[in-house]
Order: sequence, then structure tokens, then C-alpha cells
Amino acid sequence: MLKLEKINKKAGNFSLVDIDFTVGKGDYFTLIGESGAGKSMLLEIIMGIIAPDSGNILLNKKSILNTPTQKRKLGIVYQKPTLFPHMSVFENIAYPLKIKKFSKEEIKIKVMQLSEDTEITHLLKRNIGSLSGGEMQRVTIARTLATNPEILLLDEPLSFLDVQLKRGILALLRKLNQQGQTIIHVTHDYEEALSLTNKIAIIEHGSIIQTGTPQEVFQHPKSAFIAHFIGIGNFFKGHILASEHQSDLKFFKTSDVKFFTNTREEEKSEGYIMIPGEAIFISDEKLHSSAINNFRGTIKDIYQTRNGLEIVVDIGVELTAKISNFSFEKLQLRVGKLVWISFKASSIHFIKN
Amino acid sequence: MKKTDNISLVFSFLAGLLLLFLLAPLIGLFLSTTPYSLFETAQEPEVQKSIWLTISSSMAATLIFSIGAIPLAYLLARKKFIFKRILLGIINIPVIIPHSAAGIALLGIISRDTLLGKIAESLGFSFVNNPAGIMVAMAFVSLPYLINAAIDGFISVPERLEKVALTLGASKSRVFFTISLPLAWRSILTGLIMMWGRGLSEFGAVIIIAYHPMITPVMIFERFSSYGLQYATPVTVLFISICLAIFVAMKVISKKTNHAETGEN
Repeated sequence: MLKLEKINKKAGNFSLVDIDFTVGKGDYFTLIGESGAGKSMLLEIIMGIIAPDSGNILLNKKSILNTPTQKRKLGIVYQKPTLFPHMSVFENIAYPLKIKKFSKEEIKIKVMQLSEDTEITHLLKRNIGSLSGGEMQRVTIARTLATNPEILLLDEPLSFLDVQLKRGILALLRKLNQQGQTIIHVTHDYEEALSLTNKIAIIEHGSIIQTGTPQEVFQHPKSAFIAHFIGIGNFFKGHILASEHQSDLKFFKTSDVKFFTNTREEEKSEGYIMIPGEAIFISDEKLHSSAINNFRGTIKDIYQTRNGLEIVVDIGVELTAKISNFSFEKLQLRVGKLVWISFKASSIHFIKN
Repeated sequence: MKKTDNISLVFSFLAGLLLLFLLAPLIGLFLSTTPYSLFETAQEPEVQKSIWLTISSSMAATLIFSIGAIPLAYLLARKKFIFKRILLGIINIPVIIPHSAAGIALLGIISRDTLLGKIAESLGFSFVNNPAGIMVAMAFVSLPYLINAAIDGFISVPERLEKVALTLGASKSRVFFTISLPLAWRSILTGLIMMWGRGLSEFGAVIIIAYHPMITPVMIFERFSSYGLQYATPVTVLFISICLAIFVAMKVISKKTNHAETGEN
């Protein structure tokens, strides 16, 4: 278990302030924040590459603040490739094993095992320069795992990869986590985080502003950064069901509510959906339109925002629609009024967990 | 398009003039020497000894002083400290001062009356008129070439690779020897060759400290001032030929080494 207690660090105009969080054994902990929020600095503090000004870091209840990087039992994978270009793939993975003075035979066995786990056996004799971005990150992960780290720290390891390669590495990370590897993953990509994580912390301007399960954080975001992506409140956990009516559509079920979605994920897939507030229509009558999701509900709350209004409608779960002041006046909306809301199946964004 | 061609033409003409300026004296030297006189000179034990002394002294100076120069270059490339710019300036002083002045300055700290001179004498040798003195003089004037090349080499090694090696359990010295040094090696090797080459050609500083035993540049000067151009030319041509051959061979070897290390074909 890793625990950060009131970590503070000032670097130029930027400061990390009172960083507190706990990562349990086997957790997939994701730290989400925009560029410059202090994520990478925090990882380097945990690794011991940067010393904090104050605070404490506990690993299994023992302070590692004065433990040198080499002895912290943590491994890090950076955003940019960090393979040693003057060594082959095999030599890169063997590097930490040689330091630990494993015999040649042991090194060979261990490298083979790690390369099988990360699916890079065919690359072992290759030079680093001949690898693709995805292959490089796999080799980097294998090399880091060779140190047998208690916690694997990932500093935006997918940001330089295209979608296809990203999926492959995500699957690998999921597998490693399922095998018991504790992971701290730093990213600005909330989708990346949601597809893997069981615990999230949001960091903004050097401070942790929210920590919790994906549901807690995304349903009630305290950060404009997160809210911007998901539309406040329209974030639900559930699973995919077959739809009896529409062969090309499926249901997403959350609580007792079912939404039509055009996701291609298989039935019973667990995950999250997000519905942008802008995609939800409010009307007095049921609309006859291409929007297949139509629900009748009661207005629970109305919030004035900078760009219009947010109308919270209870349809069994609470959905928030964003509308203009003009529409608000035209429909004469008020708390308690019964309205219809509608949105298209394609406006639902599903993220598999 | 026509404009570009004109510029290329002018540039080619100017470049050609410059190359002629560089090559003409050398070609003149070679043309004015008969193979027979060259062969005769090569047979002289005094010449053989002198050429070997020059090559070996410069080589030894390069290797011995690289032990301090490479760590210094690493510190200058990686660490931030006050007076760093001044230190970088000091390193380049030997390039800008007259080398005879460098010889005088060196003599001031290694002659027999000085502390270093006395220590050397207690160990049974003297820097003055000794290969040790020749090495010191050669190293003094040629060290900037190695240090500057090594600084460039270390700067080109991404710091994140060193950080990663630390996170993989390597000690700082292991990181230096397994990551920083091999990755900066191409530049360091170029610096070593340049330092050695510069040492070979040193005259001004060496003649002040050690007229004897006679390195080849001093021998060329002596033969020219005592007997004239004709007598000095064969040894000059011989020395240039040998130096060029070694220089080219080392460049080829270093290129092959680099290709092997980086896995290029």
C-alpha cells in the first residue's frame, strides 16, 4: 500500500500543495489532470527522482522518503520511449536483472517469461531503432516489470500511440492489473482512465481536488476539466443488453432505466456511458424524430450557467440537459413540471471497463 | 531556378579556391620530394625515433588526461553551478593563447624549482627535456578538443535515460558507465582523435619545455633552421603521411565501432 501524506513541492511558479492519497494493493489508481497540473512531477516525487519540500511517502506503512530511487521497489514507464538505444531488446529487459546479479541462465528464463507476458518474444533480438511506438512501450513495460516493482507507475504511456496500438497496450495493462500488479497511471485522457481504473484522483493546478471511484468522480465532478467532457451528471455505470426491437441497436441498462445505444460492444459488457447535456432535447410533447431515446420525467433542478441553463430531469435516474435562455422562456420550464426528454442512440458514449 | 544555379556556381568557385589554398602547400610538398629521399629519411634512426616519440607521447597524453577530462565534461554537461560559464571559458584558453606562451606558463609550474618539479625529481624524473614534459605540453594545448566534444556528447544523451536507469536499480556510477558513457562515446571518440591529432602537431609549447628528446615538429624546425628547406621537406612529408594514415585508420575504426554499437548497417 502506498500512502502520500501532505506532499508539498515548489518549483519555480508551480507548486504541488498538500497532496494526499492512498493506493491499495492491487488497485488501478488513475491520476487525471490537464497538462501542467503537476502529474509527472508527483510521479517523480514518488519515484524519488525529485525530493518534496515537505510531507511523507509511505510504502507498506514505512516511510520511503529517504530511500534512494534504486531501492524504492517502484517502476516507472514514461510518456516518451526510454529504451537504451545502444542495447538490443533482450539487453534492455536484462538490464535490471544484471544489476540484481542474476545468473546468465536465470536472466534468459526471466526475459523469456516477461517477453511472453508482454507478447514481444519475436522482438528480443531486434535493435531499438527498428521498433514501432507500441512495441517500444511493450518492451519498456517488460523491462520495468523485470525489477519486480510493488507498484508500476505509468506517466501517460499511451499518448504517443495510435488508436490500434493503444488498445493493445490497454489490454496488456488490464491483464497485468488482473494478475495483481498495483498500478498508478497518470493521464489527461479520461477515457483511457475509465477503461482500466477502479480509483481516480483529479489533480488541478498542483492540488488533488477529488478522489473516489469512477462513479463518484464522474457523476459529481468537482472539476471543470472533467465536467467539460461528460456533461455534468450524465455519467452512469451499467451494462449492455440486447435490444428486442432494433437489431443494430442495444440497450444500456443502469438502475432501472434502459437507454438505446449504437455501441458495438458485446452484450453483458460492463462500463460507463456519458451523454452530453447539449445532446438532450426538452419538449412538452413526445417528439417524433430520429431520437430513439424518449423519456417522461419531472424537472428536479434548474441552474443558471454562463452559457444558458442546466435542467435536471428525473426519469428514474437524473439527466441534465443544457438549453438556452430562449428555450427556457419558450417552454416555461419550472421545477416540478413534467416534460419529455429525448436524445439519439448515437449521442451515448460507452466506455468499456 | 537560374538564380540558385548562379549562387551555386559562385559558391563552388569560392569553395574551390579555399580547397586549393588548403591543398596546394601539401601537394607542393609531396611533389617536391622524391621517393628516394623519402626512403632515405625513413631509414634514419633519429627520424624513426622522433616520429615514434611524437605519436606515442600524444597518444599517452590523450589517454592519461582523458581520465580527468571525461568526468569534467560530464559535470559540465549535467550540473548547474555558479561560475560554470567562467569554467567553460577557462577550458578554451589554450585554444586562444600563443602556444609558446602556454609553454612558458607551463614551465612556471613544472620546472625543477617548482613544487611539481621537485616532486617529479624525488620520483626520479624531470618534466623538462623529458617525454613527461612533452606529454604535459601536448595535453595542455589539446585538451579543449576532447572536453568540448565530450560535453556535446553528454548533452546529447537524454537525461531521462539516466533517470530510468536509476529507477531500474542502477547506481549512479553504473548509470554513467552503462548508459551515459556508451551513448556519448561517438563524440568522445571523435574528441580523443582530435586531441591526439592536435597533440601530434604541437610545436610552440613543446619546444619551450623539451627541445630534447626531439619530437618531429621540433626536428622539422631544427632541420629547416640549420640546413634549409630541402633538408626539412622529406621528414615533413614522411610525418604528414604517417599521421594522415593513422588518422584515416582511426576514423574508419571509430565509424565501424559506432555502427556496431548503434546497430546500423
